[in-house]
Amino acid sequence: MSTFAPAPGRAPMRTILATQIRMELLLTARRGEAVVLAMGVPLLVLLGAGLFDVTNLPTEDRLGYVVPGVLALTVMSTAFTGQAITTGYERSYGVLKRLGASPLTRPGLLLAKTAAVLVQIVVQVLVLALVGLAVGWRPEAGALLPALGVTVLAAAGYSGLALLLASVLKPETTTGAATLIYVVMLSVGGIMFGAPDLGTAGWFLLPLAAHAEALRETLMHGGSVPAGIWLALVAWAVLWPAVAARKFRWE
Amino acid sequence: MVGGDAAAVEVTDVVVRYGDTTAVDGVSLCLPRGRVLALLGHNGAGKTSLLQVCEGFRRPDDGRVRVLGLDPVGDHDALMPRLGIMLQSGGVYPWATAGEILRLFASFAANPLDTDMLLDRLGLRRFERTRFRRLSGGEQQRLSLAVALVGRPELVFLDEPTAGMDTEARHTTWQLIEELRADGVSVLLTTHLLDEAERLADDVVIMRSGRVAATGTPAELTSAAAVDVLEVRADPGLDMAGLRGRWSVAEPSPGQYTISGALDTAGLAEVLTWFASAGADVTAVNTRRRTLEDVYLALTTQTPVGAAQ
Repeated sequence: MSTFAPAPGRAPMRTILATQIRMELLLTARRGEAVVLAMGVPLLVLLGAGLFDVTNLPTEDRLGYVVPGVLALTVMSTAFTGQAITTGYERSYGVLKRLGASPLTRPGLLLAKTAAVLVQIVVQVLVLALVGLAVGWRPEAGALLPALGVTVLAAAGYSGLALLLASVLKPETTTGAATLIYVVMLSVGGIMFGAPDLGTAGWFLLPLAAHAEALRETLMHGGSVPAGIWLALVAWAVLWPAVAARKFRWE
Repeated sequence: MVGGDAAAVEVTDVVVRYGDTTAVDGVSLCLPRGRVLALLGHNGAGKTSLLQVCEGFRRPDDGRVRVLGLDPVGDHDALMPRLGIMLQSGGVYPWATAGEILRLFASFAANPLDTDMLLDRLGLRRFERTRFRRLSGGEQQRLSLAVALVGRPELVFLDEPTAGMDTEARHTTWQLIEELRADGVSVLLTTHLLDEAERLADDVVIMRSGRVAATGTPAELTSAAAVDVLEVRADPGLDMAGLRGRWSVAEPSPGQYTISGALDTAGLAEVLTWFASAGADVTAVNTRRRTLEDVYLALTTQTPVGAAQ
């Protein structure tokens, strides 16, 4: 019997990516704090600030204001906070190095991670939007395409910043920084309260506020996204992934 | 079937530097297909750095590396499915279970081994649902070995494969490596365990301070300057003149004789016959071969690098 007789070969790339994406999703679901940040907090904000007069909002339509902000928040929590923490630890545990040296390959690993993040975002947005609809949110459906566009840009910018932090900081520091940024953005990002008015500069500093405002313009009023917001989110989507690509570390 | 006549691993004048430190300083070695080569040396001798270069994790600062005829960095993606890699530590998700990890890597391969069989063979079946970070060091090592083998590779790199294992697991691992060799898998392993190198390796490369201090089969290394020794306990104060000339003879303590030199069966018979004809009462006989440990200690503790070849 020759159990170990060599028969090397790569499985079809589709199979490889599918099992890797499943593993990424499984492990995220297992991380309690990731689920809380991605679903628990947005759900709490949606039901709390959306249904009760607990905060001052610049509008009477509380759900119309809060739900788009919550959708923006869940995108940030997954693409930025969750991804930064996970990638930082995976780097320090040698997982990125080992998987990069498997038939998955490094581009395959990045592709699988991106796909897993997108799947999570889609599921979270759908769940939160359905909860919103169930409690009385009535969005405008006329401007879905620009809403989708700003969401993709925001996710790309967040991912770039997440991978950058995970590459240059220790995993513990990454976790602290990513959580802190999440909390700061949640407070001043125009989710539960009106965002501080910093003019166009504010959209560049607070992408969450920019994304939330763009979703309100489109989903609440069926209007178009202000040019300043497009510019800010495009800048984030180009800048951070570009820097991350230069600084990314596999080990 | 395994593609090409190229050696499994061919390293030529490789240099690896970390800042001002030279970890590997001009090493050359060759691992032919289907053989087991052990890189033997103390911690910090440059073994892992050399392995990392072969695995394509870093480019050598100088020299040339070919693995299965390919460049481990330039041909990385084509090479990886053909290799089995076992890192010294880590490399898998701490929150995934042993079974999940092994099945993930199995799914990457075109013809994976049966994962249940591997878990059984490595004594990991009862840890199938245990998360990696809850496994002991030795159990983590065994899982990493399983991950390295599951894709049915042509060549495996094992970095200190039995570190942290208990005696039983170590023997299981040794049997497995012997089976790999019998099945035609090429193996490059690092170790600082002499018995491991002596038992497993066709070729041993002893590294010291980033250089090759000696190289050869275990037999060649131990017989390079054969100092086989016969120890005899008999009556004290015998006149050994009849044996001198062919062997070097000493009586370090009264009645304790050592006869050293080339001692084949005829030689041993001759020496003992001499004791009989001298009317001596022999009460104990002991033969001793020079061990790999003797060679290793001589090379790594006393001799200056360069004079050791």
